[in-house]
Amino acid sequence: MVRRIRAALALPAGAITLALVTGAVVMILSSPIVTGHLDPLLPLATYWAIVQGSLLSVNGLVDTMVAATPLILVGLSVALCFKAGLFNIGGQGQFLIGAVAAAGVAAALSTASPWIALPASLVVGVIAGALYGMIAGALKAFTGAHEVVTTIMLNYIAIQVISYLVTGPLREPGASFARSRDVGNAAVPLLFNQGTGHEAHLGILFPFIAVPIVWWLLYRTTLGFEIRTVGANPDVARYAGMRPRFLVMLTMAIGGGLGGLAGGIEILGVQHYMPAAYSTNVGFDAITVALLARANPVGVVFSGLLLGALRAGAPLMQIQAGVPVQMIDLLQGLILFFLAANVLVRKLFGTRATGGVDELQTVARSYGGQKNTSG
Amino acid sequence: MAPMTDANLRHDPPVVAPALEMRGITKRYPGVIANDRIDLKVRPGEIHALLGENGAGKSTLMNILYGLARPDEGEILLDGAPVHIGGPADAISRGISMVHQHFMLVPVLSVAENILLGDETMANAIFLDRKEASRRIHELGARFGFEIDPDEKVGRLSVGWQQRVEILKALYREARVLVLDEPTAVLTPQETKEIFAVLRRLRDEGHSIIFISHKLYEVLEIADRITVIRRGAVVGERLPSETTEDDLAELMVGREVQLTVDRGTSHPTDVALAVTNLVVRNDRGREVVQDVSFEVRAGEIFGIAGVAGNGQDELVEAITGLRKPFAGRIALDGRDITAAGPRELHLLGVGFVPADRQRFGLILSFPLTDNIVLNDYFSPPFARGVVRDEAACLVQANEAIERFDIRTPSPTALAGTLSGGNQQKLVVAREFDRELQLLVLDQPTRGLDVGSVEFIHRQAIAKRDAGTAVLLVSAELDEVLELCDRIGVMYRGKLVAVLDGSSADREKVGLLMATGGRGADASSVLATGTEAG
Repeated sequence: MVRRIRAALALPAGAITLALVTGAVVMILSSPIVTGHLDPLLPLATYWAIVQGSLLSVNGLVDTMVAATPLILVGLSVALCFKAGLFNIGGQGQFLIGAVAAAGVAAALSTASPWIALPASLVVGVIAGALYGMIAGALKAFTGAHEVVTTIMLNYIAIQVISYLVTGPLREPGASFARSRDVGNAAVPLLFNQGTGHEAHLGILFPFIAVPIVWWLLYRTTLGFEIRTVGANPDVARYAGMRPRFLVMLTMAIGGGLGGLAGGIEILGVQHYMPAAYSTNVGFDAITVALLARANPVGVVFSGLLLGALRAGAPLMQIQAGVPVQMIDLLQGLILFFLAANVLVRKLFGTRATGGVDELQTVARSYGGQKNTSG
Repeated sequence: MAPMTDANLRHDPPVVAPALEMRGITKRYPGVIANDRIDLKVRPGEIHALLGENGAGKSTLMNILYGLARPDEGEILLDGAPVHIGGPADAISRGISMVHQHFMLVPVLSVAENILLGDETMANAIFLDRKEASRRIHELGARFGFEIDPDEKVGRLSVGWQQRVEILKALYREARVLVLDEPTAVLTPQETKEIFAVLRRLRDEGHSIIFISHKLYEVLEIADRITVIRRGAVVGERLPSETTEDDLAELMVGREVQLTVDRGTSHPTDVALAVTNLVVRNDRGREVVQDVSFEVRAGEIFGIAGVAGNGQDELVEAITGLRKPFAGRIALDGRDITAAGPRELHLLGVGFVPADRQRFGLILSFPLTDNIVLNDYFSPPFARGVVRDEAACLVQANEAIERFDIRTPSPTALAGTLSGGNQQKLVVAREFDRELQLLVLDQPTRGLDVGSVEFIHRQAIAKRDAGTAVLLVSAELDEVLELCDRIGVMYRGKLVAVLDGSSADREKVGLLMATGGRGADASSVLATGTEAG
């Protein structure tokens, strides 16, 4: 067991290490732009600033948690789909649809009791995300259309749907820009507020509820066994009397629901209204989160926190080390790169392959016209 | 070493150094010694059989010879001179070629293009010399008794001819030592005869051939010398004239093996499975099972023999609920199961050992405990409501390991880490270990060693004697003849004959498999078929 865990951690640890080293090289080479001379210590200053800004203060920790919450939830969705052999690139769309649905209900119930307004808004957000995810699942199950293609297209459709809703039916009259009305009583209560602008809303607890549930679902229930079987080998699933089509749809729906939950929490906890053009990258960052976690639900917490910390530490990094925020995108990109180039990482660190890396195979197959599971 | 007899000195002039000698080859992997001081001497103009169970170390030894693995100890000598083989390219340049079990051919390229691939004959720096290549291919083919059109696409060739392309490829590269890894596994009896003729001609021209197999009678027929490997070590060397199948099997397995299980007498009772006018289409919509009707009674083994690809796969899929029949009816104990899915059939008492255990039978990345309950994971005691009970799965796995002698380091080991024989035992344990109305066995012993084959055959007979109807589909003629009370032969989607198992002879069934009964004595064969059917 210990050996299996260690083997599973080798790839993520190697990828992070290589990303930090490569990032350091880039920083040193570009340091003349920041400091006027070649500064070999710049990477240390940068990484130290990130650690300080994200972990070494209450404010930093709060920011890390708030940033990590949607990453963990959507990452969990992507990881769950990987277990079923599905590459869900639609986290973005599911997040946005969940967000706008929650915002719409919240606006309608903004003066109702918080005990009704908040749960109702969140539940509708989850259902909207689930239905949105299920579209891709149904397309895959009944037509064989690959989920990578359909979820990407659905991401664009989501943007248009939101733009229509928020500039149309949901638009707050008199607002200076197109946005929905304030969520009012449906707002997620604050866990604590120090009045510094670093607020921790109650939503940061959701990952710690969702992760154990998904883990339990996957590894302790018959449904989870079916999901994992379909992911590992759709032919065996059919042989064993499981229903691959139903499972594909259901998994996409659960994944979409998690995305919708993340979207709802963001709107009700952080944003408090839905803008017509909501700028986020969470659906794609979540892919890095899931891959870094080796599609393990528990691992998602840690990789989500890591990426959240990078985001939370960015402002201090910019102030203290003078390194632009884009450095975080670079680091994140490098992590993803080295995860995908796992053969390279294994060679460098001399670790042996631990069977197939299932989630990476799912990713790789997505480009090769994999046969569909509907058989 | 076994004493030499005069008959064999023909291939063993004492002064000539062995074409290939492997001395004291040892290869260790973490936890196992794959090769333990193996000595192998192959003389020029000799067909040398390498016999051993799956996992005995044959592949490791051949990988070392081919430069794919490095030995920890030992040396390789070619014509008496020690050599170091750095990789496959190096091996080929030294005249060692390998014909893999799964052909390494590009179907859309022509015979000539495939042969040239990796060792191009160039007219100049840029262009291939196709004319010269064609000439050489023709010449080689003529020399070894098989003319082949160099411009034919490989994908259009039969399996037997594809294998000849592989051999030609080796000869084109002027191989002197040719390794054939289970070359007959994919061939019909007739094709096997033909390839043997080719191998004999190669031998007579002075080539050395290493013939890897676990089919004992074939080895006895073709080999000039047999080396038996068990658990990584050489346990004996034999001359075919001085040994028997039983002797070889015992060497190979390490204990006495009954090669032909005595099937005893069957006591068939009521019709269990009734297939009536069944028509099944394949994925491309072609009718690959045409109007097939037969019955299997409780307490009998009904065999379906046929060369692979004559509709057996689709027939089995239809019966086991994996494929919807286009027309016809399937009934179990009088109940219509034509439209039943795998789950329903399982609950009705149908067991199924699929032909491709890695594709259908097991989830290789899951532990034994999950694989053993693959059909029952949702019902007590393996689940209470929606929650799985892992302790119950563990109990079941331990019981199966014990009862079916599955060799595994632990019940939570991943199925993919087991050897082929043990993987199949795992499937058999899952499918056999309950009361069954019908047991469908699709190629249940393909690729297994004699020990595992014996075990599975015994289990099948025990099931029959317990009153289960057994349907055995196999391309292995011997297996069908040995086990079945009645034998149906499938040819191009039709059941062309049903024969009585005790009176059916090898030649007749073989002919039916190959021609569908249109051969010389077709009328008599079909007559038998109508009687029995």
